[in-house]
Amino acid sequence: MACNGVLDFEKPLVELEKRIEELKRFTAEKAIDFTEELQSLEKKAERLRQEIYQDLDPWQRVLLARHPKRPLALDYIPLIFEDFIELHGDRGFRDDKALIGGLAFLEGRPVTIVAEQKGKDTKENLYRNFGMPCPEGYRKALRLMKQAEKFGRPVISFIDTPGAFPGLQAEERGQAEAIARNLLEMSKLQVPIVAVVIGEGGSGGALAIGVGDRILMLENAVYSVISAEACAAILWRDASYAKEAAAALKLTAQDLLELGVIDEIIPEPLGGAHRGLEVTAKLIKEALVRHLNELSELSPQRLVARRYEKYRRMGRWQ
Amino acid sequence: MPTFKDLFRGKQKYVTVPPKEKVAPKRDIPDGLWSKCTQCNNLLFNKEIERNLLVCPKCNFHYRVPARRRIEQLTDEGTFVELDPDLSPVDPLSFPGYKEKLAAAQHSLGLKEAVLTGTAKLEGIPIVLAVMDFDFIGGSMGSVVGEKITRAVEEALQRRFPLIIVSTSGGARMQEGILSLMQMAKTAAALGRLAEERVLYISVLTNPCTAGVMASFASLGDIIIAEPGALVAFAGPRVIEQTIREKLPPGSHRAEFLLEHGFIDLIVERKELKKTLGRLLRLHGMGGQATNGL
Repeated sequence: MACNGVLDFEKPLVELEKRIEELKRFTAEKAIDFTEELQSLEKKAERLRQEIYQDLDPWQRVLLARHPKRPLALDYIPLIFEDFIELHGDRGFRDDKALIGGLAFLEGRPVTIVAEQKGKDTKENLYRNFGMPCPEGYRKALRLMKQAEKFGRPVISFIDTPGAFPGLQAEERGQAEAIARNLLEMSKLQVPIVAVVIGEGGSGGALAIGVGDRILMLENAVYSVISAEACAAILWRDASYAKEAAAALKLTAQDLLELGVIDEIIPEPLGGAHRGLEVTAKLIKEALVRHLNELSELSPQRLVARRYEKYRRMGRWQ
Repeated sequence: MPTFKDLFRGKQKYVTVPPKEKVAPKRDIPDGLWSKCTQCNNLLFNKEIERNLLVCPKCNFHYRVPARRRIEQLTDEGTFVELDPDLSPVDPLSFPGYKEKLAAAQHSLGLKEAVLTGTAKLEGIPIVLAVMDFDFIGGSMGSVVGEKITRAVEEALQRRFPLIIVSTSGGARMQEGILSLMQMAKTAAALGRLAEERVLYISVLTNPCTAGVMASFASLGDIIIAEPGALVAFAGPRVIEQTIREKLPPGSHRAEFLLEHGFIDLIVERKELKKTLGRLLRLHGMGGQATNGL
């Protein structure tokens, strides 16, 4: 789908942008004035950007959410928080590199951060297990969240995973139990929890750090009960129907807002977060601060009661 | 491994069983007068399997049990009162083919959804019971399964009756998308309240029990029991082999594997299940003093 970090549907734009860059370099080197040509090309690029990104279909958003250049939790953290200190380990088995955590200040307020972390390239992805946490990752997250409760600081969670790791070792160490335990404990944690889906929200592996008072989603992030490919394989016995499956699953931020599963969509710059990391980080920060300000007004009892009611209402039936 | 079934090997030659066409969706209980055990290939008299609680008398394979039959097996006769019998699924995402799938399952099984819930008595002790049915769209959890389980938890909480959930499921229901996923959080949150009020919850895992149900309420029992040989997992063997191409050792993902790795309390044969549940309830101070059998 993507080569050299460019998605198929982005190609015309990326090529145009390359030409503009070349022209700019040429102008500087040869001292020839191409201002008019540049202006017209810039205008064209802007139009193309609008055309391509204005009305993305669900599958295109899946591709954007997994874009090789998409910013990851560790890209955002230094731009949103001050003084981040990563804390390691579940105190039982090992330190899971696919799920990180730590302490930081958010505009002067101490917070606990838990985040799923993918890699930028193959080497990093092997180190991060492609962002698929094992039980010890979820148990590390729970340990840090209980610690946050103990010291009265809010929890900020960044969700970005294809799913919980589906391997034998994960089974042996109780993947199901680890996820279930987190759901139960997060539902009654006595401090505010704000979760942000920044890329892929992959099923139970996402939900395991995604029960909270406010669930926010970046505009091009996706969140689904099953991957579009797996859904297509079950439904049409062919993973190449992923585009149709992505539409059927209703997995975009807009869908989830309408279904009442998330509370707010954080806009991304045109073309996706990777086309404006600083802007995106600023928008996430603004939303986090605003929600934490609201939530810190509530007593712990009220907070937990409201969180319970939020989930109690989920679902449709007759 | 030589087993009891080897004693009967020779007999198979004398009978020829005509090949039967498989019709889906189909109960995994054998129909007709005679059938061949899907596990040990022994020819069995159907009445005998029935009498044996749908367990193969030769190889002890535990067949799947329809929800109503399971309720009969576990409760005192005539004591089950169903909760929310009319709660029915809708098609919130307008998912392709979902309405038809629901209608087919409802029609062929006479169930509205993949779980039945109610109050009942077990050896005279009042309980809240939820029983899942795998034949209803793979026992998958959509909004209604999540809602009925949650209401059962609330019933147990309000009446302070112990809660028993007999689970079998392929996971969250794809056709209700993210709403199915949210049922995991909803049921887990309800069980969090039940735990705070110190009401007993026993989770019984039956074949198969995987994914979203395992990663929520089924794993959260004060006591977790599994039937012998039950497939119990987060990611089933097929998922693992397909996604990460890992070769699996025999017996991984079975109840015995889970017991060995410390994730369930005990494995109980079907014929002992009701008795064992009764003992556990009495050990929690219900139904008066411990009586015979302890």
